[in-house]
Parts: sequence; structure tokens; C-alpha cells
Amino acid sequence: MLNLTAVDWLILLLSLAFAVGIGMALKEGIRTGKDFFEAGRALPAWVCGLAFAGAGMGALEVIGMGAAGARYSLAAAHICSLAAIPAMLFVGIFMMPLYYGSKARSVPEFLRLRFDQKTRVLNACLFAAMMVFSCGISMVLMARVMQQLHLFARLFFALGWAPQGSFVFFMGLTAAVVLAYVLLGGLTGAIYNQVLQFFLLLAGFLPMVLLGLRNAGGWSGLKASLPAAGLGGWSGMSTAGANPAGMEIAGLGMGLAFVLGAAFWCTDFRVIQRALAAKNLDSARRVPLIAAIAAIFLPFLLVLPGVLAVGLPTPHTTTVESTIGGAILHTTTVVRPEVEAGRGLVPAKVDAATGKPLLTASGQSVLDYDMATPNMLLHFLPTGLLGLGLTALLACLMSGMAASLTAFNTVFTCDLYQPHLSKGASDAQTLAAGRWATVGGVLLSIGVAFAAVHFNSILDAFELVFALTMAPLLAIVLLGMFWKRATGHGAFAGLLAGIAGALLHHGLTLPMGAHPGLHGGWLATMHIYPSDMAQNFWTALLALAASLLVTVLVSLATAPRPEAELAGLVYSLTPRPRTRLVWWKRPEALAVAILLAAIALNLFLA
Amino acid sequence: MNFDVRIPVGWMFTLTGLLLSFLGWSTQNNAALYAKCQGIDSNLWWGLALLAFGLAMMLYGKRAQQGIGNREQGTGKRHAARK
Repeated sequence: MLNLTAVDWLILLLSLAFAVGIGMALKEGIRTGKDFFEAGRALPAWVCGLAFAGAGMGALEVIGMGAAGARYSLAAAHICSLAAIPAMLFVGIFMMPLYYGSKARSVPEFLRLRFDQKTRVLNACLFAAMMVFSCGISMVLMARVMQQLHLFARLFFALGWAPQGSFVFFMGLTAAVVLAYVLLGGLTGAIYNQVLQFFLLLAGFLPMVLLGLRNAGGWSGLKASLPAAGLGGWSGMSTAGANPAGMEIAGLGMGLAFVLGAAFWCTDFRVIQRALAAKNLDSARRVPLIAAIAAIFLPFLLVLPGVLAVGLPTPHTTTVESTIGGAILHTTTVVRPEVEAGRGLVPAKVDAATGKPLLTASGQSVLDYDMATPNMLLHFLPTGLLGLGLTALLACLMSGMAASLTAFNTVFTCDLYQPHLSKGASDAQTLAAGRWATVGGVLLSIGVAFAAVHFNSILDAFELVFALTMAPLLAIVLLGMFWKRATGHGAFAGLLAGIAGALLHHGLTLPMGAHPGLHGGWLATMHIYPSDMAQNFWTALLALAASLLVTVLVSLATAPRPEAELAGLVYSLTPRPRTRLVWWKRPEALAVAILLAAIALNLFLA
Repeated sequence: MNFDVRIPVGWMFTLTGLLLSFLGWSTQNNAALYAKCQGIDSNLWWGLALLAFGLAMMLYGKRAQQGIGNREQGTGKRHAARK
């Protein structure tokens, strides 16, 4: 149970006040659409770099990585850095000159410049929908965690309000704060806050991980306590089922590292937008590299809490018998059944109907892995630091929400409103539209959040929506940037084929133990995967392959664009970025250094 | 002109550091409170670390801000001279 003191609340409130205060201080500087949507393209590389990393450290990722650590052990950390770092280096070295140099304000706008309007509109609509989805789902996830921790229970009790209201109160509070600083400060407000939130995440999580490691007997103690299969991430991964992650090696290497990681870091406008705010091309290229430095260490900071949480002894109801002055005393410590049925600090899920721990068909309890990281905070942090730890959780939620929200308002305004809804709108009108789009985005995501509370399956559907949107986009962006023959018709057909392929695969396969429906198999069940993770990888991989194939075929059948029009949009037709920096200060040198450091660290910790 | 982001970050961590280290200092004999972190007065030590980080951020931020201010003033003077 959560017992917060005044200091905890003070730290929490201080961070919210700073979030809104940053927005208010920036308000003066936001005069044009360029200030609002692109942060004036005036920010230093390290600020954008931390925001770039922060956009990938939202609530879903932070809670999810702790859960993955509890479920798949340390392998999850290796997989996360494996997926992120090569993609981040690639986007910085090869793709950023085209994104930044084309002066596009968004990824769909880049598609318009490289391909055509219909490809842009299709992608913009899908992407905007995905942003609203992700924003709403992050809110629900975090509100659930906070509700299970009874964060506002005492406050609500003191005020005499119904405890159920704390869920709505939490969502309303975070939505209002994020809305305030994005409306006031635009993209700059979001980025400045992400820098603050990045440091808050470190400050809140680091003491918990250090104390947890010390308790486990240091790194060697932790490794000794892990089951052998969980170590290293590579042993036993060649056959499905032998590894705790339940994936084939092809599914792991190709599907995860290449498709999902690359799709997120190379083409997701939530992260690309941070790099486009940099002050010049050299800075923009350095943004993903600086984020990659953070990404070497962050997976361990975020995955370790989960690994440590399952390693701790599970609390049980105990009775201690003691004799004081001839009288026999029984001291009973009562532990709730769902905690007792859990593993370590990870509790079992509770059946909402019966109030008892949920069991699978084989009689094992279903664990609520999402609670691993929050429970670790409660277990190791004393009052004071606990407030900081909860602030860190809140900070990562707001960081992810602001990333989705700024991406949404830019894509809506620049790619749907300006070219279609209001042609020839003035800059002031565009700015106003951007602000209204922000309000609309928040309202829509609150709507999604409430829908997700009532229909649990919306949460499960998000992985599918992500694969549907991002894998085909990765295919056409890569072909567009590195193959000059790719055409607009080809890209449009490729996007459609990727979506169709992903839906078909999802409709025909099912993860083990799931019922046909939103988890897949709604057409027929032709193949059963060992886990939903494996199914998602193959869905994404198939969408990518279908998209690549159809784009190539249709492009070859349609007329190419003249090469003169493609300068600055295709890598081979773009002059190498000119720089006056000495060789060791260039982005390429930094990229090689990061790659070596990442390999060394992963081998060292294997 | 925007302000340097290190200034609000510095303020946030200076205040948090002060709060935590004060709390840690005033509860340093409270063994029950620190039983969950193996007897370490983690509020005090982490509070001091955050305080140092916050002050450093603020110092660098202020210095960078002054650098920008001086440069802007300099160009302003040059513009005025040309006129």
C-alpha cells in the first residue's frame, strides 16, 4: 500500500509546475507556424537527441520493458538495444540528409515530395489515427498502474470522493498538463519538457536499480540467481520453445531488430520530428546518434527492474509465534491472494468477476507483468525518493503523450488541413489550426482511453495497428530514398499491399492459447505461433515483404520521374553533405564509436 | 530568443535535491524508514547527487545564455554601426 508524505507530493507537484512553466516561458517565442510545428529549426543537437530518445521511452515502452524483463529475463535488454542502435545510426548517417535537406515538415510531406499526394494522404490518415491510439492507450495503461498503487486513494478518501474517480482524475490531470505545455510552447515546449523528463526518468529509476542490484548481491549475484536459459539472450534461441521468449532465431533477428525497431526509429514521425527541429544539417544528423548513446544504457535501466522483481522472494501470509513474559503471541502478516499467487514482486491478475487470482487452463496463475517496475519502486524506495520514482513514471507518460500529440497536430495541419481542407490558408490560420488540432487530438485520445477501459481488446489491437502502419511505410521510405526508379503509383500500391498482407497473415494465424478474434485467426487458423510476440514479428515481416515486392513490381511497370526532380530526395542523386568539421568530429566517426561501444557492452553483459 | 533548457532542468533538480537531502538529513536516525533500502540513507545521498547535478546544469545553462546574449548584443551593435 502506498503511503506518500508531503515531500513526495511536493516533488510530484513541482515537476508538474515546471512542465507547465516551461510552456508559459516559451509562449512569447511562438509566433509563426514554423515556431509551433518545427521549433523554428533552431535547437542544439543534444537537446533534440535527448527528446529523440525520450519519444521512444513513453509509458508503453517503460512499463513494457520492465514487463519484458520480468517475463523474458535479461534477453529483453539485449533485444531492445539490438533493435534500436543500428536503426538509429542508419537514420542519422544515411536518411537524415534527405529528411532534413528536403525541408519537409513531416514524414508524409516527404512522401509527397518523393512520390505523390495520394501516398501522402493515405499515410497521413493512418499515422494520425495511430497517434491518437497510442496516446489514449498510454493514458489507460498508466492510469491503471496508478490505480493499482492507490496513488490518489488517500486524497480521494480525505475529500470524500468515490475511489473510482481517481482513474478519471489521473487521466484528466496528465492530459491537461500535456495539453497546456504543447499549446503554449508548441514543439519547443514538448522537446524542452522531454529533456527534463529524460533526466527525471534517470533520477527516479537509478536509485531503485542500484538498491535492487545491491540487494541481489551485485551483477554477479543477479546472474547467479537467473535460470540458465535466460542468460545472454542467445543461448537456446535457435529453436522455438527452447528459449523463454519462444521465438525462432529468424523471427527474432529479422522481425524484431529489422522491421519493428527500424520502422520505429527510421520512419516514425514521433521521433523524426525531434531531429527536424535541429538547427542545421550536421546537428540533425547528430540527433539520432546522441539518442543512440542513451539507448546503449537505457534498456538495462528499464529492463533490470523487471528481472530483479521476479528474483525477489514472493510474499506469503506468515504467522510468527513468539513468547513474551509467558504469553504466546501470534503475529500474522496477511498478504493478498493475488500477490501470493504471483512470482516475486509480480502479482497475479485478478478476475474482475470473482475477485480471485486468474488461472490459465493448466492451473498456473496469469501474471500481471506490467506491475513489475512500479512494484519495484514501492519495494526499494523510501518516502521522498518514492515521490521522485512516481514522478519518473508520470514523466515518461507525458513524454510519450507529448511526442504523439505534436506528431498528430503537425501531420493533421500540414498534410491534411493545409493541402485539402483549407487551401491557401495564411500562416496565422495554420497556427490556429495546429492549436485546435492539438485540443482535438487530446479529446480523441481521451475517447480512445475510455473505449479501451470498456473493451480490453483495444489494447491488444495496438500492436496490429502499429505493424499495419509502420512496416509498409518503412518499405516505401527505404525504396524511395535508395532506389531512384521507385514511383508514386508503386509506393501507393505497396502501402496497400503491405496493409492487406499484414491483415491476411493476422487473420490466418493465432498465438498459442488464444481464442480466434482480435488476437488473430478471424479468417481461419492455419498456423499457431508459440507467443503473440512471434506472431507480431511475422505479421510485420510479411507486411514489409509484400510492400517491397509490390512497390518494385508496380514501379517497374509505371513511368519513372525525371532524375532532375529527385535531387535531394534520393540518396544517389544527392550531393554528399558538406561539412567543415575535422574527421573525428563528424557524425560518421561518432556512429562507428557508438557501434563499437554497444557491441562491447552487450558482450560484456552477456 | 528561447532560453536555455538547462536552466529549468537545473532549477528542478536543485529544488528536488534540496528537498530530498533535507528529508534524508532530518530522518537519518530513522532505521525503520531505511529498512527497505538496506539501511542506507538513500534520500540524503541521492539528494546530494541531484543537488550537485542541478547546480552544474544551472551554471552551464547560465553561461551559455550569457554567451548567446553577448553575441546578440554584439551583432546588434554592428547593425547599428552600419546604419
